[in-house]
Order: sequence, then C-alpha cells, then structure tokens
Amino acid sequence: MSNTRIKPTTIVISALGGQGGGVLTNWLVNMAEQNDYFAQSTSVPGVAQRTGATIYYLEMFPKSEVKDLTVPPVMALMPMAGDVDLVVAAELMEAGRAVQRQFVTPLKTTLIASTHRVFSIAEKMVLGDGTGDSDTVLKAAHQAAKTFVAFDMESLAAEMSCVISSIMFGAIAGSKKLPFSREKFEDAIRAEGKMVEANLRGFNAGYQAAETPYVPEQASDTDVPFGKIEGTANTPAAQALIDRINGLPDPAREFAYAGATKLLDYQDLDYAEAYIAELEAFAATDKAPFDLTHELARYLALWMAFDDTIKVADIKTRSERVKKYRQEVRAGKDQIVHMVEFMHPRLEEIVGTMPVGMARFVLKSPFLTRFFEKFTGPRLSDTTKVSSFLMLYFMASLRFMRRKTLRYAEEHAEIKSWLDRVRTTVATDYDLAVEIVRCQRLIKGYGETHERGLGNFKTIMAALDNGSVTPAKVSELRTAALEDEDGKAFKKALAA
Amino acid sequence: MAERSFAKEVKKLRLGDGETFHGEGILAVTKGLLQSGVAYVGGYQGSPVSHLMDVLADSHEILSELGVHFEANGSEATAAAMLSASISYPLRAAVTWKSTVGTNVASDALSNLASAGVIGGTVIILGEDYGEGASIMQERSHAFAMKSQMWLINPRPNLPKMVDMLEKSFQLSEASNTPLFFQLRIRACHLHGQFVAKDNLKPAFTVRDALENPKREADKIILPPFTFLHEKQKIEQRWPAAVKFIKDHELNEIFDGAEGDVGIIFEGGLYNVVIRALQMLGLADSLGETDIPLYVMNVTYPLVDDHLVEFAKDKKAVLMVEEGQPNYIEQALNKVFNDAELTCKISGKDVLPVSGEYTGQVMKEGIKGFLEKFKPDLVKFDDQAASIASLSQVTVTAEALDVAIPARPPGLCTGCPERPFFAAMKMLEKDYGEIHISADIGCNSFGTLPPFQIGNTIMGYGLSAASSSAFSSVRGKRAISIMGDGGFWHNGLTSGIGSAVYNNSDNVFIIVDNGYAAATGGQYIQSSARTLKEDERKARIQEAVQGVGVKWVRTINSYDIADVKALVREAMTSHFIGPKVIVIEGECMLNRQRREKPIKAKRIKAGKREVKERFYVESETCTGDHACIRLSGCPSLTIKPSPDILREDPVAYVDNSCVGCGVCGENVHAAVLCPSFSRAELIFNPSGWDRLKHVVRQGAIGFLQRRSDNKRARVSL
Repeated sequence: MSNTRIKPTTIVISALGGQGGGVLTNWLVNMAEQNDYFAQSTSVPGVAQRTGATIYYLEMFPKSEVKDLTVPPVMALMPMAGDVDLVVAAELMEAGRAVQRQFVTPLKTTLIASTHRVFSIAEKMVLGDGTGDSDTVLKAAHQAAKTFVAFDMESLAAEMSCVISSIMFGAIAGSKKLPFSREKFEDAIRAEGKMVEANLRGFNAGYQAAETPYVPEQASDTDVPFGKIEGTANTPAAQALIDRINGLPDPAREFAYAGATKLLDYQDLDYAEAYIAELEAFAATDKAPFDLTHELARYLALWMAFDDTIKVADIKTRSERVKKYRQEVRAGKDQIVHMVEFMHPRLEEIVGTMPVGMARFVLKSPFLTRFFEKFTGPRLSDTTKVSSFLMLYFMASLRFMRRKTLRYAEEHAEIKSWLDRVRTTVATDYDLAVEIVRCQRLIKGYGETHERGLGNFKTIMAALDNGSVTPAKVSELRTAALEDEDGKAFKKALAA
Repeated sequence: MAERSFAKEVKKLRLGDGETFHGEGILAVTKGLLQSGVAYVGGYQGSPVSHLMDVLADSHEILSELGVHFEANGSEATAAAMLSASISYPLRAAVTWKSTVGTNVASDALSNLASAGVIGGTVIILGEDYGEGASIMQERSHAFAMKSQMWLINPRPNLPKMVDMLEKSFQLSEASNTPLFFQLRIRACHLHGQFVAKDNLKPAFTVRDALENPKREADKIILPPFTFLHEKQKIEQRWPAAVKFIKDHELNEIFDGAEGDVGIIFEGGLYNVVIRALQMLGLADSLGETDIPLYVMNVTYPLVDDHLVEFAKDKKAVLMVEEGQPNYIEQALNKVFNDAELTCKISGKDVLPVSGEYTGQVMKEGIKGFLEKFKPDLVKFDDQAASIASLSQVTVTAEALDVAIPARPPGLCTGCPERPFFAAMKMLEKDYGEIHISADIGCNSFGTLPPFQIGNTIMGYGLSAASSSAFSSVRGKRAISIMGDGGFWHNGLTSGIGSAVYNNSDNVFIIVDNGYAAATGGQYIQSSARTLKEDERKARIQEAVQGVGVKWVRTINSYDIADVKALVREAMTSHFIGPKVIVIEGECMLNRQRREKPIKAKRIKAGKREVKERFYVESETCTGDHACIRLSGCPSLTIKPSPDILREDPVAYVDNSCVGCGVCGENVHAAVLCPSFSRAELIFNPSGWDRLKHVVRQGAIGFLQRRSDNKRARVSL
C-alpha cells in the first residue's frame, strides 16, 4: 500500500488582528519553499480586523520524498485534532482555545504561546472582575503539550520595539522543531525586506526566550506569614502607627498598611489612625484565621477613602500623575502634552463639597439650587492651563474642611451603620459578618454607578433586617448585583 | 481604496507560458480567468470572495490591455443580469459573489439566464461560506444548481486543479449552453500554493464587437412559448451535452486502490481531507496513493450516472461524502444504483453527521464507521485517536477549560464611527424604553452583539427597512430600522425606503453612512467620497431618499452622541406621520487612517506642527465598574489589574492602539460616567507660541505642584 510514511509537518498559528499572523505565515512559507520543501498555507480570517482571532494553517513536505515533482503531496486545508506538530498562539486564551480544540497533544505537539492577555469584550464589560482564568489555561497547556514554550511576547516586543510576529518567528526557530537552521529563518526576514533590523532584533529575542523551557509559577502559599511592616515613617507619630499596624493580626497587616497609607494620602494621619483604631477594636475579638479583620482592613479603607470631588481634583493636580500620564501616552522627552479632562459635575457633587449646614440650605432654596446648577454639566478642562489647574487645585485644597462636608457626613453615617451591623452580627454569626463586610465592594464609582451600587448594598442590608439570610445567600446576592447593570440578575436572586 | 491592496500581487497576472505562479487562491483564479480569454467580469464583494473583487479592481491596467471589461456591480442581481450579454454573443464571462446569500439575491436573473442558455462560457464563482468562521446561515448552493439546471463545479482544492477546472468550466458551459457555478470554499480562496502559468488570452469576441453587431434571438426571450422550449432543451440537449463533456474530458476522477470491493465518492473540494483521514488510518499516503478506490466529483451536478455505476458495480459498498443537508447526491445515487440494479450498498449520512463542516476528525470517524460496517479488518490503527488518547494525562477537565476561557465575539474596530451611534442608541433605550429594531448586514450587524445588543432581527443585506414593514401603520411607539450605506445602495433604497414611502410608514429609518462597503474590506460604493473610477461622489443618500419621496430627512455626525440621541428621540416622538430618515455620518476609521496616517507622519517628519490625540484613563480614580466599556466595546479601551492592592476589580485602561476618535469623551459627557477620562493632545513640532505658553504655564503649575509635594512629604508611613 502506501509508499511513504512521511507525513507533512503541520503548523497552526492563532493570532489576533494586528499581531501579524499573516506576515509570520509568509515568512514560514517562503522559508520552506526556499529550502526544498513544498509549503501550503490557508487561513480563516473571519473578522480578524474586527477583534476576532484568525487561524492560519500551514503544511510543509520535503521535496526529497516526492518521486515526481509535478505531483505534489496532498496537503490538508485545515488542522485536524491530534495531528498538529506545532501550535503558535499569540495570546494566552487563544493558546487555551487550541488546547480546547485538541490541536495540542502530549504525543505530538510543541506549543509556543505568549502568556500576555488581550481581553475580550465578554471579560471587559463585566461590572466587577470577569477576566478569564489564566492559571487554569497555563496548567492545561503545560500538561497537554509535548513541549511547552511560554513567555510574555508582547512585553518583549515592546522592549525590543518590534512587532510580536518577529518574536514568534524567533521562538519557532528557538524551539528547534522545524528542519531549518537559524540562518534560514533570518534569511526569510531579509528576503522579505521590510523592517529587517527591527524584525531581526525581535527574532533574536524570541529565539533566546524559547530556549528556556517553561517553568510553572509556584502558587504563592497563603500560609506563609506576612511578617512585620517596615514602612518609611518619618515622624514619631507615623512610627507609632506603623507599630500599631504590626500589633494587628498577621493576615490583616498588608491591607491595613495599604489602607493607612491610602488614608494618610487621602486626608491626614488622624484619619489613618481612626481607621487603625477601628481595626484594632474588631481584631480584639477576632480569632485565627482573622478573616474578619483581613476583609475589614480592605473594605473599610476603600469606603473611608470615598471618591469625592476633593479626591478627584487632588489626584489630577499631582506632579506624579503628570509623570505617569506622559509615560502612558508615550510622550517624547520634552514634548508638550495637553491633558484635557472630561468632567461632568452634578449638583450632588457641588453641594456634597459644601459644609453640611450650607449644603442643606442650598438644597432647600430653589433659587440657590438653580444658581448652582449653572456650574453643572459637561466640562472640558485642560489641566496644563493655569486657569483650569487653579480651579482643580482649589478644589483639592478643600481637603482641610472635608470632615465638615455634606458628602463626608453622609458617607460616615453609612459607614457607622455598616460597622454597627458587623459588630452585632459577629457575635452570633461570624461568617455572615464577614459577608456583610464584603458587601462594601458594591459601592463604587460616581454618579449613577455609585447610586446603583449603594442602592444594591442597601437592599441587601434591608434583606438582612427582614429575616434570616445565610452567608452564602449574601455572597450570591453580591455576585448577582455585579452581573448586569439593569439589575435583572439581582432582582432574580432576591426573589429566589 | 480597499482594506487590502493587491497592487503588487497583480503583477503575477502577467506571467506567461511555463512560468511558475506562487500565491493565493483568489489570485490564481483571476489568472485562470485571463488564461481563458474572458471578455467581461464583475460581481459583488462578500467573504470569502471580497478579495477577488479587490484583485479585479486592482488589475484594471491588465484588464484594459486585454480588452476585458470590469464592472463593480451594484448587487449580485446586477452581476447575474449582466451575464445576459453571453446569451446571444460568444462572450466569455465570469462574476463572483458570496453564496448562498448572493445567489439568493441573484436568483431571479439566474433562473432566466439558465432558461435562455448561453453561447459564451459563463462562470459564476461562488465564495462558499460554510462551516468554521461562516457569517451566514448554513445552506447549500446545490439546490440552486438543481432547480435552475446550472452545473456545479467543486474542484479538488489545489491551485493547478482549480485553474485547470476553471478553464474547463468555460468549455463545459459552451459545450452545453449552460451557465455554471464554480464553488470555492473559504480556505481555498486563501490557499497559498503554486501552478504553472499559461499566456493570457485576449477575448476572441469583445463587448465592443457585440455592440457593433447586435443580434436578436427572439426564442431566447423568457416568454411563452419559448420558456417551454427552453425546458425541453435543458433536458434533451444541454444536460446530455454536459454529461458527455464531463465524461470525455474526465472532469471527474477515479483514483484506484487495492481494496476494490469498497469505495468512497465525494465532492472534489473534500479530497484533501479524505486523503488525510485515510492517512490517519494507514490507508493512504502523503502523495495521495490510496488503498480505497476514490471517485472524485469535481463536478457535483450533473452526475454522470454510467460513470458512477462503472465505479460501483463490483463493490459491496460505497461511502458517499457530501457536506451539508439535504443529502441530494446520496439520494440521487440511490436512484442511479437502483436503476442499474446494483447490489452495492450506499453509506453516507448514516456514518457522517447530517450537518456541519466535515473537518479532519469528523471525516476520519465517518470513514472508520463505514469501514467497520463493511470491511472491519481493514482498520489496523488510528494515529489520530492515539494522539488524542494521550490527552488523558491532562488533569484539567474540558469543563474547567470551558469555564476558564472567555468567548471572543467580534466587534467594531478601534475608532469605528458606528460605535458612538450605537452608544447613543443604548443610552436612548435606557431612558425611552426598549424599541423594536430591525438590524442589517454589514459592520452595523456587530451592534447586535455585546456590549450594545441592539437589534431584534437580521433579514438580509439592505433589508432592515423592509423588515419593519409589518409595524408601519401603528401610530404610537415606532419601530426603527438600521442599515449601512452599503446595504442601502444594494437593496435598501428600493425594497425598503421606497416601499415605506408608498405605504406611508410611520417608522424611523437610520442609515449609517461610513462611506464604503466597509465590512467586506472597504470597497467603494455610490456615495463614497471617491469612487472606483473617478475622484468624486456619484450619489448622495439624502438626495436618493428625497427622490423617492421621503419628506423628513436629517443628517448628523455620529460623534455628537448627545445630539444623535436627541435626534433619534425626536424622530420617535415627532408629530410627523410618514417615514423618517436619519443619515448618520462618520467615515470608516480603517479607511481614514489608511489615508491620513501616512500624511500625518510625513508632515511630522517634515517639521510641521501636528497634534495627535489619544485617550487616557486615570487608574487612581477608576473604580472598575466598566460602565465606559459597556458603552463602547472599543478594542483599545481595555482593562488592567488595579494598581491599588485593596481594589479587586480591574480598572479601565486605554492601550496604545487608541486613535483618539473621541467616543470615550463623548460617552463620559452624554452618560455622565466618571471623571477618569482625559484626552492627551501630543504636540509635534510646536510653534514658538506653543513653547512660550508652555514655559509660562509650567512655571506656575510646577511651583504649586512642588508645594503640595513638599506638604505631603512631611508625613509618610
């Protein structure tokens, strides 16, 4: 029967729009054809440009195995599960998808994957954290592949200022799974003649990276104690606070330190001290593994640092922000960059920044309400202009009177009743108390988002008032509240 | 200017006798057309043959040298009707479109063409969008071929065979006076391979020759009694002629094998996957040597009955491999074998899935099932199954992987001008309540997907306006139809807007004018600012709808989100009774960037002052609710882990692919989102005035910033 048992080398390349999967495919095809191989490639581009993934499929077959060169080998147009020699994925979840489709098997396949993520809309639009599970995908990929090469190709490409396709090409060469020498790969880049220098730089980096086999990251062991906070205290009072943080149970210290730093930055040392004092009170009755203090350290800090106008103005006027901003938008060294902020103050924000008495007076007076409404609505302010900067700088300076503002009073009233609830619950149902603490996660954002979150939070609290609710139910309600912004899932969970 | 330029590749179309062509399937097919002496070509874009239209458009120089007329047809119906030139003139013709959708659009003209018959070889290249990655409903073109009696070519997918079959197709068409379909699947279109070229042929008879010597053949006009005559001709002359040609020229191939009592019959396009499946079972090799006899139908309609009987007569069973449903060929085969009183059993959909693409694995399982039924000792091993079995050592379950890997639905491109429009619609629905919306084909179809999820039905290209007809007389809450400019010119103006005027529809019709047939790669259309042959706009949508009698027409820039929302609301609530048309303007960003980016780069290089805009999200103030993303879905507006360890939810982040289209800012204002968005304006080659302002401002601002920095540094933890 069959004359030759030699099978074509089969290659799958999975790339997203803009990652240069087509260029990579061309390099491979040209290299093979230049070196006495038949090569065939196909693709299902679908809607690659429109954020989808494109699967390129290649086959190569040595001319030496063919009797009559006018009768080329029969090469398939699509990958077959279990029959792919080399899978190259330019993004981690696409590598996962190749594993899912059984293109990767321990008997046959070398998998070369970038570990970076390009998030899909399904992950991005979630109200909380909807990102895919990279650890599971890495584990599956590592187990399913005969040889697994994985590293962050995107960071490497950025570092080398080259395109990711050249890194991938280098990694293919570095894996040494194709019957071509390194020079033949480089020749293919030169032959194409476009951005040769950058591509060779990327190729070299990818080649080297692929020589190191993938080593799974050891899962960080949560049982390891966090230890003592060193800190960078520069006053005796600050040092005293660091010492108090070190007096808290070990599992709470990391968050407590982050929280105290945040609140010092947000308001002042007194504010941070008040936060630690609250934690100390809860810690006194808490016991190992100190879930309550740990969670409270996180959520109390977040709530106490509520997002008011003063905070926003403060952040936007800082020198360190300008530095970060310029770096992120890739401004040149001395390049002039205008920073145009999109603001939309509502009456709530303006009045919220006033002292309580004045705020209540304004809200009662239709005339004053109308007057202050003049300052609401969409606004553009370029913080590199002195006038706009001064306006925000002034807003930020109101921090000295933050404790007197309406917003502060409102937030702290809510915080107090929340803490009271936790205190009374902890005695009877510890787990429920922890779940109540975690509900703070719902309160975030500005404007409508904030109102929706706070509304959901209050609804859960009301449910607690109205009857016995299990900790599991609270957790379920919280998840449901983060499911959709119309509150459909939340309503359903409440009714259930 | 299409998304992909073939300006360089089309040089390959000049290759002469004996030279080797290396390249893509689409280009090879074009070369095949020129080698066949085609006189006119045309078609309508659609995956996977959009690039064929682009190649033809980019090769106008070669075409005009050869005297070949190229027409970018207004629709598939236009393309099919154009083929009427081959009814009475010996003009070889080829058109292309996406099937089955394009075939549906063209069907009226196709029926008439098939009835009258042709004397010039007429080939319709069908881009078959079936299986993985398909963007349309899954139907077979086969039914069309049978009911109109047009031949169906489905060649083995390698370039030499494809080109050879294309040349033979013209001959077959002429020998049988019948137009035919030449099917190309998506992967064959994008197949890179090689073949030995021949010289291009000038058409022996040109469209000019035809016009100068008009010929009228009354019996070819589709009116009784000729239509009855045509039907008779189809059966008595054209069909037998076709069968004879197929047989004489051996268009269908038999590959013999040692196991003579079984065989596999299949459509040519499936050849490579059949061979690979056999290879996995040790029954074929890489060069196509096979143990099982194969009958390859490069022509899947009509069947050559006696050839099939000849193949099967000494076999106890054959496997009929035919993708999609219904299984027309398998049914026909049963009749053929029955008439010939063969004892050969026919397997098919009993061992293969009824529907869906026949991938390598599916094919292997099917063939294995067939052999197990009729020749169980033949299957000694299964390479593919062994490889799959090795996966048993993976401890992560398939279910766990399904949960871990998020879906990646397609969406609008970065900077797409349709994004602000859909954002406005989403905001409107929030205040106004849900609306019945008919969606359409094109980029705007993506509006039906997350994050916008706008649109209740899609009925076809340019058919959204017609889709709301049932609701046209309700006076109260109105229905909305959304279509693109491509769909509007393809069909929407007449079937939708014209009909709405006549019926005094009270609905709202929104036409998204991005300037191109953008979804298929940015081909020019009537209302493009430039058109294929001239630097001018040929038609305006607004004038066209006014021309058919629409009184209420408004035009708005898509980026004015708040205004768009207000305008659509006005249309929904206006006292005006009658169709209300809103044209939403915004040029396709891919096309715009392609044009403007190089100019900008050049200006910057030349030292001219330029401003580049892009957006930035302040991660310190972002709280990770992602409301901005739910109103955008822009690829460049993404997420990253929060820099604050206390926050669990990832924060929004604008990556470097941002083109500064402005949607983020407009959304922030229109939907009152959050104060985290900022527009960076990067000044290149600043003027002296820029520099002076900068120094003065930085002096003052820097002083204040240092003051706060110092103040904050007094206490640290």
